Amino acid sequence: MCTVCGCGEGGAKLEGGHHHHGHDHEHGHDHHHHDHDHHHHDHDHHHHGDDLHYGHGPAGVSVPGMSQTRLIQLEADIMGKNARYAAANRDRFTAAGILALNLVSSPGSGKTTLLCRTLSEIADEFPVAVIEGDQQTSADADRIRATGAPAIQINTGKGCHLDGHMVGHAVDHLAPADGSVLFIENVGNLVCPAAFDLGEGARVAILSVTEGEDKPLKYPDMFASADLVLVNKVDLLPHLDFDIEAAMANARRVNPRVRLIRVSARSGEGMGQWLDWLRAARAMALASRPVVEG
Amino acid sequence: MHEMAICESIRQILEEQARSAGFTRVERVKLAIGALSGVEPEALRFGFDVVMRGGVAEGARLEIEDVAARAWCMPCAANVAISARYDACPQCGSYQLQVTGGEDMTIRELEVL
Repeated sequence: MCTVCGCGEGGAKLEGGHHHHGHDHEHGHDHHHHDHDHHHHDHDHHHHGDDLHYGHGPAGVSVPGMSQTRLIQLEADIMGKNARYAAANRDRFTAAGILALNLVSSPGSGKTTLLCRTLSEIADEFPVAVIEGDQQTSADADRIRATGAPAIQINTGKGCHLDGHMVGHAVDHLAPADGSVLFIENVGNLVCPAAFDLGEGARVAILSVTEGEDKPLKYPDMFASADLVLVNKVDLLPHLDFDIEAAMANARRVNPRVRLIRVSARSGEGMGQWLDWLRAARAMALASRPVVEG
Repeated sequence: MHEMAICESIRQILEEQARSAGFTRVERVKLAIGALSGVEPEALRFGFDVVMRGGVAEGARLEIEDVAARAWCMPCAANVAISARYDACPQCGSYQLQVTGGEDMTIRELEVL
């Protein structure tokens, strides 16, 4: 068998030095001529003068009947890296009894105003900290700091969402106290933040009544992943055609287990219910703290 | 456009695989994208070509396998096929559905050199 390309002697016609097929060669030159009719390699043979080269492919070696590419079966989770960062954040929050809330909404839903009012009402009850996500400016973090709450701004630049890695860094800087409530105000966007777990204990979507009641159906991924929906700016309802019952039914349609609370950061309507939810969720976070022996 | 961020994750996974599995070029990438994963395959294709430039998968062929969405219908106590999150159960019309499949995105297979 030819050791260069693996062809068997039976089918190969060879002339020259190393195979002898019963007739004499007087010339003594050892050109290596193969008849390659019987080869079905799917790569090119390279001719350099009279030599044949099979090892010039990227793999440096040739296997008859096989391409030099190979298949790798992976089943790798594309979001796996974010999931690992999110899990590390979650472990950290759980260990410290921190209730982390991921606040998501479209731009202009009144998220920051609602957050400022919330902070001023609970400031005396328990420690709080805020992570503000926006593409640019520290305007929102400045508004939050004006309430006395520690806040850090993450500017995502061209990014359309916060991810687990960014939040981990922000938590390093903020160092929220054990048992605090950490509000993470995501970039105003109902699409992309839905796909990125931050390690939060609960996801709170804010939908204002100046938007369409069909928003939960238009952006189902976000509303399907929310634990609580705050229907904000309800003080404006008398001036609008917004059908709040239809909006709430649409939210339940994409997410049968979602809780809904009507609020107004301006009039204070529904704030008591929202703060009760917050206290209950914090109590759960504290109760879920792992018990440390000794 | 978080498809770009997803392409960055794919690139990182491919570069890590190139080191651990010992290859220098990716010829073909096969992804499995769930119908409810929140990404648009066309935007992903666009982002893929741009993000892979200068890496092991520059010029690689992208194949996308669509993974259908499934849900558990509570009234029927059965697994049913759906096409969107707001779909009703095709058997009983209820919205009491829990999604059970079609939310994931995975890299299924690579053809490498």
